[in-house]
Amino acid sequence: MSGNQPNRIPDFGRIGRDEPLRFTFDGKAYTGYKGDTLASALLANGVKLVGRSFKYHRPRGVFSAGVEEPNALVALREGARREPNTRATVAELFDGLVAESQNRSPNLKYDIQSLNQAIARFIPAGFYYKTFMGPFANTRLWMFFEKIIRKSAGMGTASGEADPDRYDRMHAHCDVLVIGGGAAGLSAALAAGEAGARVILVDETPRLGGRLNQDVYKIGDLSGGEWVEQTIAKLTALPTVKLLTRTTAFGYYDGNLIGAVERVSDHLPEMPVHLPRQRWWRFRAKQVILATGATEQPLVFGNNDRPGIMLAGAVRAYINEYGVLPGRRAVIFTNNDDAYRTALDVMNAGGAAVAVVDARKNPRSTLIDHTRGKGVTVLTGHAVVNTHGHFELQAVDVAPIDGDGAARRLDCDLLAISGGWQPNVHLSSQTGAKPVWNDKMNCFLPGTPKRPEASAGAAAGRFTLAAVLSDGHARGTQAAALTGHSLDREVKLPRVDAETPAPSEALWEAPDPATGHPKKFVDHQDDVSADDVRLAHREGYVSVEHLKRYTTLGMGTDQGKTSNITGLAIMAKLRGQPIPAVGTTTFRPPYTPIAIGAMGGTERGQHYKPRRRSPMHDWHQERGCEWIPAGLWDRPRHYPLTPNETLRQAYVRETKQTRQSVGICDVTTLGKIDIQGPDAAEFLNRVYTNGFAKLPVGKARYGLMLREDGQVYDDGTTSRLGENHYVMTTTTANAVAVMAKLEFYLQAVWPDLRVKVVSVTEQYAAIALAGPNSRKVMQKIVDIDLSDDAFPFMACGPCHAVTDAIRARLFRISFSGELAYEINVPSDYGRFVWDALMDAGAEFGIVPYGLEALGNMRIEKGHVAGAELDGRTTADDLGLGKMLSAQKPFVGKTLAQRPGLTAPTRKKLVGLVPVDGKTALPNGSQIIELADRDKPRPVKMIGNVSSNGFSPELNTPIALGLLEGGLAREGDTVLVAYPLKNLYIPATVRNPHFVDPEGKRLHG
Amino acid sequence: MFRFTCPHCGERDVVEFSYGGDASVVVPDLAAGEEAWFDAVYQRDNPRGPHVEYWHHVAGCRQWIRVERDTLTHEILACGPATGRMRPETGGEGA
Repeated sequence: MSGNQPNRIPDFGRIGRDEPLRFTFDGKAYTGYKGDTLASALLANGVKLVGRSFKYHRPRGVFSAGVEEPNALVALREGARREPNTRATVAELFDGLVAESQNRSPNLKYDIQSLNQAIARFIPAGFYYKTFMGPFANTRLWMFFEKIIRKSAGMGTASGEADPDRYDRMHAHCDVLVIGGGAAGLSAALAAGEAGARVILVDETPRLGGRLNQDVYKIGDLSGGEWVEQTIAKLTALPTVKLLTRTTAFGYYDGNLIGAVERVSDHLPEMPVHLPRQRWWRFRAKQVILATGATEQPLVFGNNDRPGIMLAGAVRAYINEYGVLPGRRAVIFTNNDDAYRTALDVMNAGGAAVAVVDARKNPRSTLIDHTRGKGVTVLTGHAVVNTHGHFELQAVDVAPIDGDGAARRLDCDLLAISGGWQPNVHLSSQTGAKPVWNDKMNCFLPGTPKRPEASAGAAAGRFTLAAVLSDGHARGTQAAALTGHSLDREVKLPRVDAETPAPSEALWEAPDPATGHPKKFVDHQDDVSADDVRLAHREGYVSVEHLKRYTTLGMGTDQGKTSNITGLAIMAKLRGQPIPAVGTTTFRPPYTPIAIGAMGGTERGQHYKPRRRSPMHDWHQERGCEWIPAGLWDRPRHYPLTPNETLRQAYVRETKQTRQSVGICDVTTLGKIDIQGPDAAEFLNRVYTNGFAKLPVGKARYGLMLREDGQVYDDGTTSRLGENHYVMTTTTANAVAVMAKLEFYLQAVWPDLRVKVVSVTEQYAAIALAGPNSRKVMQKIVDIDLSDDAFPFMACGPCHAVTDAIRARLFRISFSGELAYEINVPSDYGRFVWDALMDAGAEFGIVPYGLEALGNMRIEKGHVAGAELDGRTTADDLGLGKMLSAQKPFVGKTLAQRPGLTAPTRKKLVGLVPVDGKTALPNGSQIIELADRDKPRPVKMIGNVSSNGFSPELNTPIALGLLEGGLAREGDTVLVAYPLKNLYIPATVRNPHFVDPEGKRLHG
Repeated sequence: MFRFTCPHCGERDVVEFSYGGDASVVVPDLAAGEEAWFDAVYQRDNPRGPHVEYWHHVAGCRQWIRVERDTLTHEILACGPATGRMRPETGGEGA
């Protein structure tokens, strides 16, 4: 079977050899096995070149076996599901997978941009910044070159199509959340679970076990893998334990909230219809155990980025977990004992270990002796100083680390490197616990916890299996105890062979070879070399945060998991300071990249912004209205008679018909707040500028509200339904905010007032009937006398609508300036009563009118609305100054009297009509003096147009606006300027009450 | 993600609340003068540490509550009704 997978080794790995899977990479067909990652399958097939580097387009290969991968970024899948910048090392193989390499043109082997290498010395860190912010600043050169540069300095490209997949949200609570399912995590989960705690264990990989799957270990009489299986079986049997694989805990938030993403279907060839692609988990845990393991750090030396150079632990992972030997002749380069395992595993898998190059002068341990005993050459006090080969590694140059002594060339096709292991302190440091540098171990350890959490195992700097297992057990036991769970029997931990490794020694950068100065990459993904760090230092970017931003070190999709420490160590050396003095950059979520779709979850499209519909919605739809959103509400904008009728034709027709006979409008969306209590009158007196104390029962009054700073806030009518019972209306836009504000005043400021408020906006359907025939129509469906004497202007009261069964509230209020009524009925009867009014109005040619005609009629009357109540206008600006009561205090009164708010130079409400009687005056236009028409810009802007419409009665476009001087300029001609459309329209200033200024029609 | 102990509903997630500003500000008497109102509307401390603030339980009981929060550590120190006594947070799940 392995005939077409030359690097697959028999009898190794945890892959399903009876399940071959076909896949393509850059169009070429290959076969792998169930349980492979894309990276392991490519390596099994002998594919070493998988990508081109970000800046210099150098050939790159698989570097790691996990989430830290900087090089092997590929695009997965096709069409709308195409996902760029995916790490091949964690992409699970499935049958039919289509993968493509990135950042190359036309293909991986012949990449035209690789010429960048030839000019590499001319494009160091900061090149683009210096060039385009320096001599060529403001020359538009950047605009010219941007496209080319963005294309060449590239990541993959997105599909450009909408995400076709679904994402889900989950919430979970537990006593103990264990993050990481390696030896420490499993041991901790078992201890906590057996103690009876509710435990959730999450692991980012599909297979629990961590390094136990990737290294050769014995635990008691079991192999590492067998112990994992046995422990999973024990955990699964515990009723309070939940195991989640393929789940990355990416963020640690306030309140011990852990965010995680579970990849439910990413590994499947087809997305099942009943499953989401991913689930976004929010875990609330009483105690958190961070068993997040450690990441092996690379070494920095000449040409250290060729395909075939790999982390030593990754080589063992490919051998032991995936049954792949990535090379036949391996050199191991290390500063610690752990990498010696790689030499043994390579030999065990049938490869040759050419040499172990150990930077340490004189390390002594049983593992080293054992390796030597197997016949492996161990070169201590040596370093790899250069490498050879192009698309794949062919040889390395090894030299004494002190620099005196000739280099020797070792032929090899695999170089396994290890700079030691760095605990994954990301999550703990996200809580604000600053990582602490450990000089003996040459790594950062988690800081003192700031939350109920504890790090366990390798994440806490414990690197021998015995220590990891006992640490996990101790942390699990402790966390369970803190949540009130303990085991009444002693647990005996399995016996594990003791390890006594020789201490590691820091080697942040290997010396140059005797001749030449090859590039030594610190950050492979961002093509940042040791020279770039030196350049940043020379140019003064010496803090880690500046180093990061100047060189882009650690800014890739891997967020510097294999480069940050080395980069800052080199900087510390340049500054002559210890590493803790230089510090680390801030760790922020997410730990690994997260799909935006997963963040959005189910809240997309209509679920993101729910639509509010009035009870008459279906009627409007059946009538063929055009809709317009008003906040979350859908409102009819106009009702075209024919498909060809324009918006303006429709609203002018609706306006005309209403003013001549009768119109009907759905006003359900206005906020309605029920106010009850013995102190209700006093309360209204405080929040409104005008008096409400003396409003009689059965009467409505227009009210104006100010903000505390004295600007106008909202307006509406409030009606007194009973001695202690009022109903307030607000504008549609402010309904929610006004309600919250009233509650604030009652609960926090005047708790002594005996008043309760409740929103009843959705409980009542509201229908406005306007026009000279509105009384005749309304009288047909209500059971009270609507004559002027019995129910005068601003009257309100209870009645029945259509039948005795429907209790309604009737108001004689008018926004249009016509004789008008508003009827409120329980929402469920809204459509029924609307239909009844349409029938009753048929003989008068009743016309439904939409928001456009509603707005047009209020503009004709000079009534202000949202466009004028923009938070910058005072009552006086709007011609409502007389509504500010001098008899009583009210909210906003004091600050409304400030000089700036009462200055005579303020812009005030005026009406405007175009001099030519034809040209519309667009909203948002500025007003300038006619005399300034031809003066050089800028000229003084003396006002603006806020609302505009067309008055059929005056047969001219009309507008409302705010103008310096206000009505003192009545009759003047000014210029309405809309420079974006090159419109300059002479307009006459008029009184804003365009139609029926005396208000005769209100009284019918 | 904070959790508050609403004095009316119990421990709830912050997503049920909306922020309502500095609760140490005393809204002056309506008849108070310009200086008092100016201070109340415009003057704010920006403390590094404990801060009492209003939160509105909009997706719950619709009551305004007061929360004492450490702006540096995000620790919730005490919660209480809009007026009246604050109670120290006892540190429920994941405090």
